[in-house]
Amino acid sequence: MKEWFKKGEHWIWMSSAMVALSVVLVFGLFGMIAYKGMVHFWPHTVYEYQVNNGTEIERVVGEHRDSKIKEVFDVKGQPPREVEQLLIKVGNRDVYGIDFRWISADDLVAAEPAIADNAVVIERYEYGNVYGWYKTLTVNGQTFTGDKLVLELEKQVDEGKRLHDEIKSIEKSDIGSINYKLEQLRLEEKKLKAEDEWNAEEEQRLASKRTELNKQFKELQAQTQVLYKEQATLGEVSMTISGGQALNVPIKNIVDYWQPNEMSMADKIGFFFHGMGRFLTEDPREANTEGGIFPAMIGTITMVLIMTILVTPMGVIAAVYMREYAKDGPVLRAVRISINNLAGVPSIVFGIFGLGFFVYILGGSIDELFYGYALPSPTFGTPGLLWASLTMALLTLPVVIVSTEEGLSRIPRSLREGGLALGATKIEVIQKIVLPMALPAIMTGLILAVARAAGEVAPLMLVGVVKLAPELPVDAIAPFVHLDRKFMHLGFHIYDVGFQSPNVEASQPLVYATSLLLVLIIVGLNLGAISIRNRLREKYKALEH
Amino acid sequence: MSRSVENALDKALKGPAFEKRIKRRNLRDYLAKVGISVGGLGIIGAVLLIMFFLFYVVLPLFVPASIDKHHQFALPGGTAEKTLYYGIDEYQSSGVRFTNSGQMYGFDLEKALATSQEQLPLNGASITSFTVVNELQSLLAFGLSSGEMLIAKYGYKVSYPNNVKTITPEITYPFGEEPIEIANGSVDYLGVRTSDSEVRVVYKQKDSAQIEAKLFTKVESMLSDSITLEEDTSGSFVSNLKTKWLFLDSMGRNLYNINADGMIEYIDLTDVSEPALIETVSLVENDKPSTIHFLLGDYSLMVGTEKGQVLQWFPVRQADNTFKLQFIRSFDIGGGAITNIAIEKARKGFAVSNEAGEFHLMHSTAERDVGDMMIDAKGISAIAMAPRANGALVETNNGQLVQLMIENEHPDVSLSSLWGKVWYEGYEEPSYTWQSSSASSDFEPKFSLMPLTWGTIKAALYSMLFAVPIAILAAIYTAFFMDKQTRQWVKPSVEMIEALPTVILGFLAGLWLAPYMETHLPGFFSIFIIVPFGIILFGYGWTKLPKAIRQKVSVGRRAVLMIPVVIFLGWFAMQLSTPIENAFFEGDMRHWLTYSAGIDFDQRNAMVIGFAMGFALIPTIFSVAEDAIYNVPAYLVNGSLALGASGWQTLVGVVLPTASPGIFSAIMLGFGRGVGETMIVLMASGNTPLMETNIFEGMRTLAANLAVEMPEAEVASSHYRVLFLSGLVLFIFTFFFNTIAEVVRNRMRRKYGSL
Repeated sequence: MKEWFKKGEHWIWMSSAMVALSVVLVFGLFGMIAYKGMVHFWPHTVYEYQVNNGTEIERVVGEHRDSKIKEVFDVKGQPPREVEQLLIKVGNRDVYGIDFRWISADDLVAAEPAIADNAVVIERYEYGNVYGWYKTLTVNGQTFTGDKLVLELEKQVDEGKRLHDEIKSIEKSDIGSINYKLEQLRLEEKKLKAEDEWNAEEEQRLASKRTELNKQFKELQAQTQVLYKEQATLGEVSMTISGGQALNVPIKNIVDYWQPNEMSMADKIGFFFHGMGRFLTEDPREANTEGGIFPAMIGTITMVLIMTILVTPMGVIAAVYMREYAKDGPVLRAVRISINNLAGVPSIVFGIFGLGFFVYILGGSIDELFYGYALPSPTFGTPGLLWASLTMALLTLPVVIVSTEEGLSRIPRSLREGGLALGATKIEVIQKIVLPMALPAIMTGLILAVARAAGEVAPLMLVGVVKLAPELPVDAIAPFVHLDRKFMHLGFHIYDVGFQSPNVEASQPLVYATSLLLVLIIVGLNLGAISIRNRLREKYKALEH
Repeated sequence: MSRSVENALDKALKGPAFEKRIKRRNLRDYLAKVGISVGGLGIIGAVLLIMFFLFYVVLPLFVPASIDKHHQFALPGGTAEKTLYYGIDEYQSSGVRFTNSGQMYGFDLEKALATSQEQLPLNGASITSFTVVNELQSLLAFGLSSGEMLIAKYGYKVSYPNNVKTITPEITYPFGEEPIEIANGSVDYLGVRTSDSEVRVVYKQKDSAQIEAKLFTKVESMLSDSITLEEDTSGSFVSNLKTKWLFLDSMGRNLYNINADGMIEYIDLTDVSEPALIETVSLVENDKPSTIHFLLGDYSLMVGTEKGQVLQWFPVRQADNTFKLQFIRSFDIGGGAITNIAIEKARKGFAVSNEAGEFHLMHSTAERDVGDMMIDAKGISAIAMAPRANGALVETNNGQLVQLMIENEHPDVSLSSLWGKVWYEGYEEPSYTWQSSSASSDFEPKFSLMPLTWGTIKAALYSMLFAVPIAILAAIYTAFFMDKQTRQWVKPSVEMIEALPTVILGFLAGLWLAPYMETHLPGFFSIFIIVPFGIILFGYGWTKLPKAIRQKVSVGRRAVLMIPVVIFLGWFAMQLSTPIENAFFEGDMRHWLTYSAGIDFDQRNAMVIGFAMGFALIPTIFSVAEDAIYNVPAYLVNGSLALGASGWQTLVGVVLPTASPGIFSAIMLGFGRGVGETMIVLMASGNTPLMETNIFEGMRTLAANLAVEMPEAEVASSHYRVLFLSGLVLFIFTFFFNTIAEVVRNRMRRKYGSL
């Protein structure tokens, strides 16, 4: 034993265990996020619990979402007894007031809950889910029950979805575009007035445009009115919920409905992927605690793309300068160390720089120079997409510079000299030989930059991310990309829904799902960067021999 | 070479077309060189701009105030009358002077001339005492020789005669134009305070030892809007001092009676009918007070002395819940006795003048002499600050009125207030406090960076405690013992954590780990014992296994073998949680901590941060340390092994000393990252600016504080600049650690090159 310790064997075991621990932590974390994120889309079985609330036995119907152990001190001084607490999603918020309910296992009449046969879950645009049983469906005075109800309901809900999509499309894109144009007219008027070019002619011109737009607006409004009326005639389904009350759900409020307890495995898998699809393409509802994350995804992608467009030339030019043109010496070494270190500077510092310099100073000056007519409401003098992208570009610049420089330094001298010997100028050598060969390194740098930018939240909180943006930063209205708009971001969505939301329990699954998406994007990008890097190394290994 | 080819070559390489092409190419080369150099330098410059921008924003905090003489003109009303009070409007366009003969002189500050004169309705009496009731509401009270009191409020009327904006002083009488009868004989010393429903008055007559106190209630007249005062209760107090100054604090509850030698009677006036003496103390030592004034908020007494000092005193709550007057701090002005003190109306700043005729701008909590100016060698008889503290009026002894223009944006911040303990009004002792905003309006922002820096270092250290052992040991094993194939996937997967968005870690730490840890506290502590012991026991047990089994797993693959062991040990430690709680902590450790051990417990605490942020630091430290160990030349290792050292002995004796600079730089980099991490701390630390080492309490770090407060900070305010200063501190902190790490690493690389 002494010998064993003397040889340091215990330390080897310890260190190997630490590697194992790190690996376990990494994969445990990924596994947990993946499981908790995916479970959100799985159709949960609906159970029925008999709860003794002291006076009577109550039926509680819902999905079992979580359990935890509570220690109950029955007798003072004695060790406590462990009692399981069940978190049940009971839905029917408009009736019960809350979506979730904790039930103590002590109060359960039967230890094992019963599966609620034929229970229906209806997802609504408002007030969350309904858990209950079909009673009747009323359409235009006609009442359906039983199998007929199921058939008719499917038809009506499809129709309802179609109408909902149509109304949304008119309201969001058509009316949105008219509103945008009206706002532009208002600004034009302000601008003309500010420049003293406001006269009767201009007034006439703008007024006629305005009347035209208002007319269009009225027409569209009339269209939506018709659709709304149609929606109202879709009828409503009457549900029996636990406790025996009836709950009427208008068809127009139904997003989706399913009977989890009657689904086959294939149905469930289908539902699972359908749910994922909806999560990716829908807008958030109910203060971001329900629905999808489409705008957050679009916001993240737009911001990252603009950042890439900004950071690529900046990073490559700086790296080419440092590697090919600048004289090597203590100054260059100091600059290189500084740039390296900037990668380690806290991201929030970049955030305050972005806010203080880009937003307040640059944006403020731009407003004064070009948008003076719109003041005091700021155009660029407020956090927005452009400033967020610029800040992120600055934040990721060291990554791109370092990676590009490394790529440049790996290119053998002989290739450069060969080019020069054949009479090419320096820029020709760089353009035709050096840069194409360094392309994989530049790509690696860019991918790492994108991965970092996609996951960074702290600086964005200061320079342009909001919890709910009324409009997407890209749309079909010229100039298509609106650099002055605020936007939503996946990372901030996690922070906001997880910590600022009024209904934390209801929103947690959604946060896990968002986390999963973000992790997948970032891990995917990083794996891509690693594989490019490996291939690159192989390539130059071949060149060196 | 055939003739035709030669011809073609000649044609291509000679002649004007060729020359032109060469020229074009050279020009392009030159342009590219210039373009790339300018662009490259520009981008590098832009990157370095960050640092300079932070300095640029922070610098105004430490710039002294600028004071300029704007106008100087003859005193309106002349020197025959003594000035009681000066009022200035918000735009510094007009002013008003009250004199002891009951005159109110209005004057225009832009044109520097007197505009109006008005007599207060004194009913033939003369003014014997004067007090400011409320500086912010411009409420004044005059005690008269007839035993009456007049409360007046001055304001400004804006009118547009001939389309020119004209501001004229205006005086109103909120409790009627008729003076209120309070005493028989003249009112020689007076103090008045008003609140929503009542008015408290104290007064004293010169030849009497009695201080009288009266409480009036405000009565609204049924017919008109006017308010009259009705006497409610009264009381009196027999003083032992010959009064020179009489002060009533803002609530009208603390009464101060001061004599010429600086002895003060501190009297409790909570109950007006029964004033009670709390204590008698001396405000000065070997000195005499020359002038006394309340600071903004009417809580602190600023005592100017004959030796040129200003002393600040205010009542402080004692351990037994009583109040005692306490000396807080002193300011050395010099230049003879202090002749006047005037206060700012929005901050705890004040201005003083001395016998030498100097005007000084001061700030109380920042303990700063912000700026000074010589006004008149003959001395200064009165000073007043403009409402926005951007100007001042100075009345000189030779009958001149000087208007000063002041630029003094950030007097409230100084090195001592940022990094030292400050005794704020209402606090029991000097403290490090960060409290940047509050709901109430008469609030003094408190900018001590100490609690934030403390929190930052606490968070970083607790997470290093978790991360360093794991990361370094794992790096040692991965670089030195692990076989190639396993290393190939272990290294990237550990490094993958680095790419994981910290917002996800923060979310898990705050919403999953923190509540879980709260219920499984003993389990988490038992990890630290059970896991190491379990591992060593397992290792020792392994040697007892038959050789056939042992040889199946080489030293290089032990990590894979340990994965299930680690999982089991972790699970086992968690299972022990409840039994340990039952055996040692009366069934609930959290409860036990708070009530039996007296340790405060927050759900989001340093331990949660330690685990969560420690996890985020592992890849940074692991990656750099692993590289350093892996790059130790093989012949050193082989030599040591050939001499008979065991694997671990080689590692400790040869590899680690060689790689130690690299490991050191890994730790520095990890610390740098821990200091700047924002989201995890923001979401899982509770964000309370405490200065406790307690592992069960939260903290607020510099980075999280920036994320919380920056969006709300008003541009160019002191708060905004102090936040930038904290950003600069972070920047310098991390830049420093990263530079050390980088330099050490570069050194090491060069050393290995020579080996």
